[in-house]
Amino acid sequence: MEYFLQQLINGLTLGAIYGLIAIGYTMVYGIVGMINFAHGEIYMIGAFIAVIAFAILGPLGGGGVVVALLVVLLVSMLLTAVYGWTLERLAYRPLRGSPRLAALISAIGMSIFLQNYVQLAQGARTKAMQPVITGGIEVMKGETFTVTLSYVQIMIMVLTLALMAGFWTVIARTPLGRAQRACEQDRAMAALLGVDVDRTISLTFVIGAALAAVAGTMVVLYYGVIDFFIGFLAGIKAFTAAVLGGIGSIPGAMLGGLLIGLIEAFWSGYFSIEYKDVAAFSILVLVLIFRPSGLLGRPEVEKV
Amino acid sequence: MTGAPLLHVEHLTMRFGGLVAVDNLSFEAREAAITAVIGPNGAGKTTVFNCLTGFYPPTVGRLTLTRGGEAGFQLERMEGHRIAREAGIARTFQNIRLFPQMSVLENLMVAQHAELMRASVFSVAGLLGLPGYRAAARGAIDRARLWLDRIGLTERADDDAGNLPYGDQRRLEIARAMCARPALLCLDEPAAGLNARETAGLNALLLEIRETERIGILLIEHDMSVVMGISDHIVVLDYGRKIAEGKPAAMRDNPDVIRAYLGQEHGEAPPC
Repeated sequence: MEYFLQQLINGLTLGAIYGLIAIGYTMVYGIVGMINFAHGEIYMIGAFIAVIAFAILGPLGGGGVVVALLVVLLVSMLLTAVYGWTLERLAYRPLRGSPRLAALISAIGMSIFLQNYVQLAQGARTKAMQPVITGGIEVMKGETFTVTLSYVQIMIMVLTLALMAGFWTVIARTPLGRAQRACEQDRAMAALLGVDVDRTISLTFVIGAALAAVAGTMVVLYYGVIDFFIGFLAGIKAFTAAVLGGIGSIPGAMLGGLLIGLIEAFWSGYFSIEYKDVAAFSILVLVLIFRPSGLLGRPEVEKV
Repeated sequence: MTGAPLLHVEHLTMRFGGLVAVDNLSFEAREAAITAVIGPNGAGKTTVFNCLTGFYPPTVGRLTLTRGGEAGFQLERMEGHRIAREAGIARTFQNIRLFPQMSVLENLMVAQHAELMRASVFSVAGLLGLPGYRAAARGAIDRARLWLDRIGLTERADDDAGNLPYGDQRRLEIARAMCARPALLCLDEPAAGLNARETAGLNALLLEIRETERIGILLIEHDMSVVMGISDHIVVLDYGRKIAEGKPAAMRDNPDVIRAYLGQEHGEAPPC
């Protein structure tokens, strides 16, 4: 029981991170109909910016942990958002209107480019960071096993929940969100009603990148080690999460993220840690075979 | 009754490869007037609309929109969303293009996006609920309500637009175009698929828009009860060229028009 609870906590934490990345995939797919395979790299860049920001802030000191965290988070979100914007502007916008395959290949190209760019700029070795937040709460004490909920885990879950709520408000309540939903359904018509489609798409990439930057910063705090390659696996898993939840559906992305996180945590906890990626990707295969529109996705109706 | 000149189309030509869809077309539309563009299928009517709304850049020609004595907008040089926002042209489609998975009210709100976006400062003010944004949002909702009342869909404001009956969708599309506060409303076959009663309702709605809003209406239509019933001026196209133009009564008896519609020299009047 204690062991189960611990895996549940670990899984939810991991799932929150996947969910934040998955939203970027699903939002971009919804509005431009392409899979942005460079999104994992955007997350990786967010993590690197966070490490660099910590390294700069560390010696400056002062203000305490909370202020430092907030500053790092904001810096990472801001700079990563610039990367997201630039990515769309350089690699995808010129290809708008060309076949989808062109944009997809461009995305894979950008993914490889960004990996190599970070490898050259930051070196190929793993970057490790001292834990910033330590300690936790003992939730339950068994005879052999103690369930702990670390402060980092609490922070990840609370922050993710808050971001989700804020993000949901943007989509459901603000003109920007309305324009995004309108562009999803009929881009040309939205333009005819005075919606600046290019700007709406740019802002979608900016929001997606900012959420990925939060995920990157969380991972730095949670694991304390990153390298230039982390975006690949995390990206593909978040993509799996987006497909599982139903690509294009935002609550689906969050749900899919949580499920993938839980599956991974329980699989590593009860079966074998070596095969945890196999478990996650088997889900992708199964979903694609048995429920291609995902858990919360709408089945695509081909219009004649 | 009709107002100042609003839209000038001069020497508009649109070629697709070897096909000349619109050939050296010139005409004028006025404020507070309904100008109908008619002609057999394939005459290039929808292409004219597509040029006006920025879907295609015209091969040759000048499209000038003049609002109330201001400097004119050169539509052929503007992007689609700027034509809608700055020049003030709104349109509807032959095959209805509502946002089917958004509510009726939200469809009308999207049409007021530019104003709301400005008021919300990229959503920041909107999220914080600042008073300036709240006032703008309330204004937008009031305007949407007004049009819902006019088309009689107030009770279905929260239903998905895609679930409305066909005739209601047609009217909603017109209401949505009107929420964008256009100077010129372009309607592409608004009566297609409507029954006689709905068509009569459409006529009344268009006449009401002309009288209360005093905007120009450009109308493509095959249903002669609409064209002859409400238009102030008719432009007749055939194979991309203007073959006649004038008052409805004059067009009804024009031999060129009759020939284009019926393909013979001395036939009956066009179906009306």
